[in-house]
Amino acid sequence: MATGKSYVRFDWLIIFIYIALVAMGWINIYSASLNDAAKGFWDFDQIYARQFMFICFSVILIIFLLAIESKFYEKFASVFYIISLLSLLGLFVFGKNISGATSWYAFGSFSLQPSEFAKAATALALAKYVSDIQTDMKDLKNQIGAFIILALPALFIIPQPDPGSALIYAAFVFPLYREGLHGVYLLFGLFATILFVSTLAFGALWVAIGVLIIGGIIFYRNRKKRPNIIKYILIAATSIVFALSVSYIFNNVFEQRHRDRFNIVLGKEVDARGIGYNTHQSEIAIANGGWLGKGWTQGTQTKGNFVPEQHTDYIFSTVGEEWGFLGSMLVVLLFVGLILRIIFKAEKQKNQFGRVYGYSVAAILFLHFFVNIGMVTGIFPTVGIPLPFFSYGGSALWGFTILLFIFVKLDGANYHYS
Amino acid sequence: MRKIVLIALVLFTGLLFTARLFYLQVYDASPDSLSQNSAIKVMYDYPQRGYMFDRNMKLLVSNQPSYDVMVVPRDVKPLDTLEFCSLLKITKEEFIEILEKAKTYSPRLPSVVIPQLNKADYASLSEKMYKYEGFYIQRRSLREYQVDHSANVMGYIAEVNNAIIEKNPYYQMGELIGTAGVEKEYEDVLRGVKGVKYIQKDRFNRDIGPYKEGIFDTLPERGNDVQLTIDAVLQKYGEELMIHKRGGIVAIEPSTGEILALITAPSYDPSLLVGRDRSKNFTKLWYDTIGKPLYDRVLMGEYPPGSPFKTLTALIGLHEKAVDTLDKFYCYHGFRYGNRTLGCHNHPSPLAMVGGIANSCNAYFCNVYKRIIDKYPTPQEGIDAWRNDLMSFGLGDFLGYDLPSGKRGNIPTSKYYNKIHDFPAHNWSSLATISNAIGQGEVLLTPMQMANFTAAIANRGYYYTPHIIKNIVGPDTIPQKFKEKHYTTVEPENFKPVVEGMYQVYQRGTASSIQIPGIEICGKTGTAENFTKIDGKRVQLTDHSIFVAFAPKDNPKIAIAVFVENGYWGSRWAGRIAGLMIEKYLKGEITRTDMEKYVLEGSLEAEYAKPYSGQPFSINH
Repeated sequence: MATGKSYVRFDWLIIFIYIALVAMGWINIYSASLNDAAKGFWDFDQIYARQFMFICFSVILIIFLLAIESKFYEKFASVFYIISLLSLLGLFVFGKNISGATSWYAFGSFSLQPSEFAKAATALALAKYVSDIQTDMKDLKNQIGAFIILALPALFIIPQPDPGSALIYAAFVFPLYREGLHGVYLLFGLFATILFVSTLAFGALWVAIGVLIIGGIIFYRNRKKRPNIIKYILIAATSIVFALSVSYIFNNVFEQRHRDRFNIVLGKEVDARGIGYNTHQSEIAIANGGWLGKGWTQGTQTKGNFVPEQHTDYIFSTVGEEWGFLGSMLVVLLFVGLILRIIFKAEKQKNQFGRVYGYSVAAILFLHFFVNIGMVTGIFPTVGIPLPFFSYGGSALWGFTILLFIFVKLDGANYHYS
Repeated sequence: MRKIVLIALVLFTGLLFTARLFYLQVYDASPDSLSQNSAIKVMYDYPQRGYMFDRNMKLLVSNQPSYDVMVVPRDVKPLDTLEFCSLLKITKEEFIEILEKAKTYSPRLPSVVIPQLNKADYASLSEKMYKYEGFYIQRRSLREYQVDHSANVMGYIAEVNNAIIEKNPYYQMGELIGTAGVEKEYEDVLRGVKGVKYIQKDRFNRDIGPYKEGIFDTLPERGNDVQLTIDAVLQKYGEELMIHKRGGIVAIEPSTGEILALITAPSYDPSLLVGRDRSKNFTKLWYDTIGKPLYDRVLMGEYPPGSPFKTLTALIGLHEKAVDTLDKFYCYHGFRYGNRTLGCHNHPSPLAMVGGIANSCNAYFCNVYKRIIDKYPTPQEGIDAWRNDLMSFGLGDFLGYDLPSGKRGNIPTSKYYNKIHDFPAHNWSSLATISNAIGQGEVLLTPMQMANFTAAIANRGYYYTPHIIKNIVGPDTIPQKFKEKHYTTVEPENFKPVVEGMYQVYQRGTASSIQIPGIEICGKTGTAENFTKIDGKRVQLTDHSIFVAFAPKDNPKIAIAVFVENGYWGSRWAGRIAGLMIEKYLKGEITRTDMEKYVLEGSLEAEYAKPYSGQPFSINH
């Protein structure tokens, strides 16, 4: 049992960055959602007032999370995981459809999004599975087991439809790699991504030609080592089949809106009025900030509501416009600092459970950070996922708070094992 | 390796975002100024343009509201083009062309679709305007002329063109600027300062209130009214007298330099250049290359001054001590030099100065001129001294008056003669330039310059820079340069005989026919030879009719120069017109109604048609 001393062992840097991000998030939500209709600060029709309430509730949540015995998380990991799977499945029956996606349970004027909590549960379950004494990530059986743990929630989330949230489960490849998953999976993923993007950008034919040329050069250079020609042919053939299927899926399976999202980032069809509107407006708002920004609540694009969903997924464009390059950089640095700190702390964990969980937290935050700011600044396709701690939304805030503070607790308890 | 991959990716992402943000926010200096921001609408509030009054505070021009249909191409939504075109009264093709032009100019700045709607069109259009996004009606103030004369004085305003916008960022497409006359010269005074409002818009292009509570907004400042020196009654009368003639009249108040009348003929009704027909009318005036109504003959026309110039020859002769008032010269039906004769008409001979002026004896002035030039060791020095004296009367250069057009005229230099006579290979003498004596030859003056030297004679030795501004209402001031006396090189006492000579012109000389009871006029007729080219051949046209005068003889109130192109001889048209103008100004009514009738009913149109009709010209010998 932890003594009172355990409180001082919490990593205050993580907590400080968390407070900074949540506070800055609220300040920007206030600006982005400010309008004339507000009836005073405590008007809970107002987005900023609701977010304020969510933040207050987070504080209670944090106290609970830190008060609970750290072993509890490890012991009940599977229970949380099963509950979250059930809650995801329950959406198919009881879910409420909000703007096209059945991702919410409605309770009066509030709604909960179970996918935001499933991330933490999956991280716990995966940590528990991987840290099991009998699990070896080099073993194909265990690899499949781990894959099933993270694929199940993703599979339930995709048909909501919420492909963005499902995409996040790809983050778990990082903790698995850390725990011994063969690097070929990462390389394979990287190679597939490169093939995927270049197929969309240049077409399957050019990719096929490129693969053959590069493969030929590598084969030629290695010819003295007597390379296995069949292996080369297999890899090349697989790549070409992959490119062709990407091309087929993109053109025949994807809906136009999905195609457009990629095309915008690839610069193929710039249609600032239509599908590219979000990204275009977001870029304008950010560019409008300049060095120092327009000042709080002074952003013209923000005031004019030019950026859709600015208080949720596009909240970073408000930072860009009103706080400028310096403010944006502060946010980027805080995220980078937070993620690196978590990795650093994860490496220090004495038990594998804590390390796997910590890595999962870092990887999830990283993927959110990368995809969200990448999208808002126009270098990643439009994928609707929130910026952790920043974006408006109770479920997202609580989900990330739980995710992070379970690790803070694990890390704090870490010292007592010694 | 396993520990580093994620860390490396995080750091890489941090750098990537840094680079991207730097590119977006700092490097790629995107639209930042208020006017280019899509979320800010800039609305201009145009002030009233200042009014113009005549010297007696009679209103010449005021304003009327006008409505321009404007477009911001970027904001245009699909619309019912046919209905809109019928409302605008243009064809679909014209509409598309206008829109393309606007887009080329700028997709986000407003351009004019239809300028200057009248009130009726405005009423029917304004009801339906809401249907056409991206289009709006801009209220402007347009000129409303209270008089049908003085078009050349007041000038006109026109839409700014791209060249002006590039030079002067104050102006925006569709705005108006003075482009001629007083409108141009006093643009800064008259236009005032436009007000600007920045309005925050939301993404539906709806106004959601002033930007930053309006701290950048400004109120329009009304333009200042100006009081001109023009006497509206005299100006109007002068323009009536000049109907069916070409030429001009300049009347100056010698004691101040104020321009009382500035008439060029033919002219036009200033109201023609207002409203929707403006461009049609302007084109018509612009392409009238025969009458040239937009060409201000009194400021831009450079003519041989003819005999009025003899007064200057006499004055310079006295000043240079080349001649005494009592020196007499014989006239042998002209001035003989070498084997040539510069002819003259019948008059008593020999003549001294007063008689010489009164009878306009060519021989007398050729002798005086010869003495002036020959007084110096070389003709070059003589010419330059002579030129220097003339320049002191405001000749040979821009006078510095406050109207935006003008010409220098020509007072030839010794360098000029050196060049045409190929000096020093060939020498030339005073006789080579003898035509200058009588205002022919190389000498060219604008009617404005003629009026100015007449004013200097009236003042017996000085003039004020002629000016059109009497007062800028508000600052109540005019530029200091219009209050400074410019002294001629000729001493005041030397003016006495010349003034007397000019008085004799009127009493018993070449202008005795225009005598008006009760008014002592000093004048000088002029009959100037002039040439043109018809089918490449140099042809001598009917002589110009010129008259300069001031009155009364003592304490002159008005100095006037009248120039009538191809008006046969001095007193026939110019003399009469000058007499009528002087009487009108001094007395307010006309006693010589016979003379008035002659001028008002007379026409030189047949004369002006001669180069085209082939009729013979009438030349005095």
